[in-house]
Amino acid sequence: MQRTSFRLAAVLAAGALALSACGSDEGGDDGGDGGDNGGDASAEAGGGGDAGGDGITIGIKYDQPGLGQQDGDTYSGMGVDIAKAVAEGLGYSEDQITFEEAISSQRETLLETNQVDLVVATYSITDERSERVQFAGPYFVAGQDLLVTTDSDIAGPEDMQGKLLCSVTGSTSAQNVKDDYPDVQLQEYGSYSECVSQLATGTVDALTTDDTILAGYAAQEQYAGQLKVVGNTFSEENYGIGLNKEDDRCEEVNEILQGMWDDGTMEQIIEDNLGAADYTPNADLNPPAEIGGHCQA
Amino acid sequence: MLELIQEFELLAAFWMTIRLTLWSALFSLIIGTFVAIMRLSPVKVLQSIGTSYVNLLRNTPLTLIIVGTSLVLWGQLGLEPASRDSSTFIVDLNFRLAVLGLSVYHAAFVCEAIRSGVNTIPLGQAEAARSIGLTFGQSLRHVILPQGFRGAITPLGNTLIALTKNTTVASAIGVMDPAYQLDNIAEFRPDVLFLGFAVIALGFVVLTLPVGLIISALSSRLAVKR
Repeated sequence: MQRTSFRLAAVLAAGALALSACGSDEGGDDGGDGGDNGGDASAEAGGGGDAGGDGITIGIKYDQPGLGQQDGDTYSGMGVDIAKAVAEGLGYSEDQITFEEAISSQRETLLETNQVDLVVATYSITDERSERVQFAGPYFVAGQDLLVTTDSDIAGPEDMQGKLLCSVTGSTSAQNVKDDYPDVQLQEYGSYSECVSQLATGTVDALTTDDTILAGYAAQEQYAGQLKVVGNTFSEENYGIGLNKEDDRCEEVNEILQGMWDDGTMEQIIEDNLGAADYTPNADLNPPAEIGGHCQA
Repeated sequence: MLELIQEFELLAAFWMTIRLTLWSALFSLIIGTFVAIMRLSPVKVLQSIGTSYVNLLRNTPLTLIIVGTSLVLWGQLGLEPASRDSSTFIVDLNFRLAVLGLSVYHAAFVCEAIRSGVNTIPLGQAEAARSIGLTFGQSLRHVILPQGFRGAITPLGNTLIALTKNTTVASAIGVMDPAYQLDNIAEFRPDVLFLGFAVIALGFVVLTLPVGLIISALSSRLAVKR
């Protein structure tokens, strides 16, 4: 009996420790200044996370291979590399960058509340979003496409009659298909990974979203040689970098992005991250005709 | 607000919630009663099957069960409770898989609610039933379950309310319920996101509050007066 109560006390004490650790972590995050150590007083002193702070917080995707992926405490992908290059252009060194996860539905909120300074997360520029945030870019023009198994003969959305198509709930790609191809049967999941797994087992016939995202999945090791991007895009997605409306660095980011296309950095980043899937960006649209025009500050 | 309700077909979404709730409530009541009978039966094997069912299902996250019906039952094992020829194949399939997942999950809670109702019956009732020569089946049907259900109305009602709200998990496999439409609002109308939250929260209050009131009224009217 005594042993039991001692154990109980030990468990409670451990629980209390764990909880208090959480508390101090959150304190650091709330500062929004990108200090990665909650107890670090100098990091907390940075304040609101705007220009002039001693670090920069960038929202990226954590779960999209090839575009923004977290692997332990390292991050990889096209969005991550572009984010690093832009941060460098703005005068931050690499150890001043803090990455935060920017889930699609939370991107505007993260920017409005200054929890992140930039969002580089396959963020298409749209009028609705421009109501709440401003965009630098477009830095890249992607298009909606289909991912199919390598032995499939589907060449475009017209061939989807009677087939099953997969996409993600609350995505532009899903809505486009519903509007333009109302006869196609569309399965929607919470994330692309579920679609890819259903595609690999042959349960669904194709997965649709931006070609960059598809190329990222096709390039994954476990699906090597099994999946291919059809290469017949049927929409234009202008990827921008999201900023808070008050942020005056928008034009500066535009110049950095223009510079990255001019000196070939951007092509190198695309090749490094998506090359394994034999992906080549649509040459008619890339580099984007005009980088800029969406700043508001 | 009306514009938002129309644009995202929120009425249809809440109708989906009601359909999911009613079908899952029906099936989980059937499965739950069955499992409760197993747990109450004098046969050890049935008892442990019932106990395992409850412990397994009750302690598995609902999201895992729902996504599992789609990715594992349909994706890996090829279970297709809908016709491929139908033009609404995916919609039917997802609805039925969601009802399946919700039913087996909530059956565990229904089982425990019924057992708690049965526990309100004085032991003398079961002993009396036995002593006048009723079999286990007869005593269940005529003595134990009728009183047990009447004692279980409040916990069953709580399970029903929890079920109503839990149906939102079905959006994980693409069932067009309010949570699914909230995802769409977040994507296409981020400017009115918080209004969307409020409308959907209000919708659930409208659905669950009357259920709570009816349950309270019923439980005081039907309770076995002792």
